[in-house]
Amino acid sequence: MIQTENLTKRFGKNLAVDRLTLKVEAGEVFGFLGPNGAGKTTTIRMLTALISPTSGEATVLGWEIGREDGQVRRRVGILTESPGLYDRLSAERNLAFFARLYEVEDIPEQVERYLRMLGLWDRRAEAAGTFSKGMRQKLAIARALLHEPQVLFLDEPTSALDPEAAHMVREFIASLKHEGRTIFLCTHNLDEADRLCDRIAVFNTRLLALDTPNALRRQLYQRTVVFHLSQIEPRFVERVGELPFVRMVRETEGKLLIALDDPESNNPSVVRALVEVGADIQFVGELRRSLEDIYLKLVREDAEAGSGNGD
Amino acid sequence: MDKIWVIMRKEWAEVFKNRFVFFTVAFLPLILVALPLIMLYVTGSSGDLSGLSSTDMPTTFTELCGEMSEGECGQYFLVSQFMLLFMLMPMVIPVTIASYSIVGEKTTRTLEPVLATPVTTLELLAGKALAAALPGVAVTWIGFAVFAIGAHLIATSPVVIARLTDPLWLMTIFVVGPLLAIASVSVAVMVSSRTNDPRVAEQLSMLVILPLLAVFFGQIAGLFFINETLILWMAVALALIDAGLFAFATQLFQRETILTRWK
Repeated sequence: MIQTENLTKRFGKNLAVDRLTLKVEAGEVFGFLGPNGAGKTTTIRMLTALISPTSGEATVLGWEIGREDGQVRRRVGILTESPGLYDRLSAERNLAFFARLYEVEDIPEQVERYLRMLGLWDRRAEAAGTFSKGMRQKLAIARALLHEPQVLFLDEPTSALDPEAAHMVREFIASLKHEGRTIFLCTHNLDEADRLCDRIAVFNTRLLALDTPNALRRQLYQRTVVFHLSQIEPRFVERVGELPFVRMVRETEGKLLIALDDPESNNPSVVRALVEVGADIQFVGELRRSLEDIYLKLVREDAEAGSGNGD
Repeated sequence: MDKIWVIMRKEWAEVFKNRFVFFTVAFLPLILVALPLIMLYVTGSSGDLSGLSSTDMPTTFTELCGEMSEGECGQYFLVSQFMLLFMLMPMVIPVTIASYSIVGEKTTRTLEPVLATPVTTLELLAGKALAAALPGVAVTWIGFAVFAIGAHLIATSPVVIARLTDPLWLMTIFVVGPLLAIASVSVAVMVSSRTNDPRVAEQLSMLVILPLLAVFFGQIAGLFFINETLILWMAVALALIDAGLFAFATQLFQRETILTRWK
């Protein structure tokens, strides 16, 4: 659906996007994460044919960016960082305007369909400027969907929304995923990305990592099992440390954290070893690294690597 | 063409909800049309101006009067000063509309979603330019029609009325007026791309009327008078200037320029 090869964008001397190569499959929700100023919006603008790349190639739905931009724009929908609605026009009129620009066929029907879908039909005649932030975002989402795009680019869809509105938007994105649409999602909300995205890319001018959240966890962190014991004795730590498949064992906040290979196979051996030395095991679970942990680790390592290169 | 019309309708639906723009479009023409009609009425009802000597008017103007009596020439002289008001309307109104329209889109960040649609930047610029220019031109033409009808109704000399609606005036209203509107819109686009306050954009863009004011004061001072030849040269010059200004404005209205350089 979306493919880039060394996609690069410079603004004068400023390198905004550096040789981005990625591929997004049909029906995938693809998370694109990065700090402020990383070049995420610039990337979206290139992929939606709003600006042209400096070098490299990109295709969206088989149409080449920079040469077939009109075809790309007809087939993708974009939710921009700012909703960009005409405050003095009604919700219905806002949508009708964009529907005409997108050459939608049955405009009244399509406008009604999406206004109803997003719970805005009863307020269709009211000026968009009177809407709350959540409603404006919903209207902007409706605008992005009017022409039934196969690919959707969502730039910070839940930013500045209250929890209820953000939840509603996330649920809606999940429903779009079930419809089989391809979604390119830029977000700072890592929990949201973790829940919604099939794969994520961590980006800071260049691509730092790209994989499923679980694969990134495995790549970046040794799997760690947490043993909740009624009390912890030094001999427990010592005994576990003797096991050949254990990489690290430490006590923290009354729990034993044990980094080990292949927990599914080796956990029983750890349990036996602890029971042998008299430990009372209350609970065993795996330490799940959050996407935030992954993201921060990658970004910090990148920053340190950049400092080390004499930036 | 369809998308241009869609953009124009959206512009009008939005920009005329702005009270300042609405009052400028509605009341400015009323005032600018009323003034020459009042002048016609006053100079007509004060008896003939035959007491006005030809030495009271610039020689170059009296040559334009031809066979008119001194009174009629005097009346024509006074009222023809207001021809320039009919050249102001197609400049002021488009500048106001374009400034509020373009700066408004910048501040509310509505341009990006529009640029993400299949519309071309030329269609977008044409839609905005026509949405700004057409009301100014239409109001000028309607205002002139009202003026012409009013002049007939006011008891004035038919000779004066004929001169006030002769080819000189008609070329001014129907040829130069639209060309001035295009120039004004082009300047407004250029200025609006660099400002974030519509009032600042409007005030800066109004500098485009300075050449017209120079003509106005030059005429009052008797340095020259607008005649068919001068109007024809103005039209030719404006056509060339418009082509250049519009080409420059088109360069400023590219997607990447709007998204990355318009601040």
